[in-house]
Amino acid sequence: MARRYDTRTTIFSPEGRLYQVEYAMEAISQAGTALGILAKDGIVIVAEKKVTSKLLESTTTSEKVYLLNDNIICGVAGMTADANILINYARQVAQQYLLSYDEDIPVEQLVQKLCDLKQGYTQFGGLRPYGVSFIYAGYDSHHQFQLYHSDPSGNYGGWKATCIGANNASAQSLLKQDYKDEITLHEAKLLALKVLGKTMDTTTLTSDKLEFATLHLNAEGKVTYQFYKSEEIDVLIKEYEEKKVAEDDRE
Amino acid sequence: MECLFGFVGKDFVLTVADATSIQSILVMKNTEDKSRDLNKHVLMLYSGEPGDTVQFAEYIQRNVRFYEIKNGIELSPQAASKFTRRQLAESMRSRKPYAVNLLIAGYDVKTESGRLYWIDYLGSLVELPFAAHGYGMFFVMSLFDRYYYPQIPLDEAKVLVKKCIDELKTRFLVNMANFKVKISNKDGIQEIKLDE
Repeated sequence: MARRYDTRTTIFSPEGRLYQVEYAMEAISQAGTALGILAKDGIVIVAEKKVTSKLLESTTTSEKVYLLNDNIICGVAGMTADANILINYARQVAQQYLLSYDEDIPVEQLVQKLCDLKQGYTQFGGLRPYGVSFIYAGYDSHHQFQLYHSDPSGNYGGWKATCIGANNASAQSLLKQDYKDEITLHEAKLLALKVLGKTMDTTTLTSDKLEFATLHLNAEGKVTYQFYKSEEIDVLIKEYEEKKVAEDDRE
Repeated sequence: MECLFGFVGKDFVLTVADATSIQSILVMKNTEDKSRDLNKHVLMLYSGEPGDTVQFAEYIQRNVRFYEIKNGIELSPQAASKFTRRQLAESMRSRKPYAVNLLIAGYDVKTESGRLYWIDYLGSLVELPFAAHGYGMFFVMSLFDRYYYPQIPLDEAKVLVKKCIDELKTRFLVNMANFKVKISNKDGIQEIKLDE
């Protein structure tokens, strides 16, 4: 009976649900966690890489955090192959905007364009929806730093801190507990490690399981991004762990 | 035989367009406004093939407005002029191109400065401190070279515009009875009278 409504992406079930879209969201909540935190002077995006085998060569390029345009980076949770298609599309959209208006694309417009594409799969059909959620960190002159999240249904929303992928509910509640409106970028980096440290399956944080990136302003006030090398992540992890020990001692 | 010019001053950009509407050897009208407001801070002056001009200007005006309704943000003078240039350049390569010359002037709210863009019917775009289109260019450019300086205040700007108009009235073959002078600043676009 269930099969009557879940073979096609565009048919409502009698309860008014689109099963294929819900399955896609389910697929994402199994995937490696990605989280983003909006600070007053920047945004941090961290993602957990699922290391399948120690024999596997680690990729030279990133697999969970990507640059979309000079002013926008994103984190991915879900099927990496699907994400590659959407990232390529997003980069094209951003370049087309630059060609038309000679300015970087405003963040929300890029998010909306991607969501329009994803929405198409819930109404006009295709074989299946894209099985990816994104966290976007962007900066534009209209609304300064912005953090967005989008899912396979084509819904999107702006956030101060959010999380996608495995254990996103517990990560979300940790973020809710510890987020302050006047948080600095540096505090946000440590908070990101804290949340991931508590929600990841492994007990210790290691740089080979993480991808780490920030979006912030440089000395000239221009927006820049930084993708952290594993040594740089190690420095952060060390700082976070020392802080944790100090806090535990006090208690 | 039309004349458009403009320049960037301190916290504003000023534009002047002749108000004469000519058909063959007849003057039809002396109160024509050869400009359209693209948004609160950006205006576009046009000259060229009658018909083409208004059609193109209103097409751009409506598209800039559409962008703003769709995205909830205002286009900057730079983005609006880049967009306009592209539309003209694409028209150039079509079967029936628009023969329109433009000046786009606007106050950039983000950088708090005036901006002026010169665009011709071939689709060239240049940002300039002062610019002119038409035969009037031969009369006003030398005055700008002599009297214009960056950050010129509004009272001196008005004097400079008067010099330009006087020169056109004495030396230019064509009789231009009226000019429309507009400025765009942080408060938006308004028409100004020179005698005040």
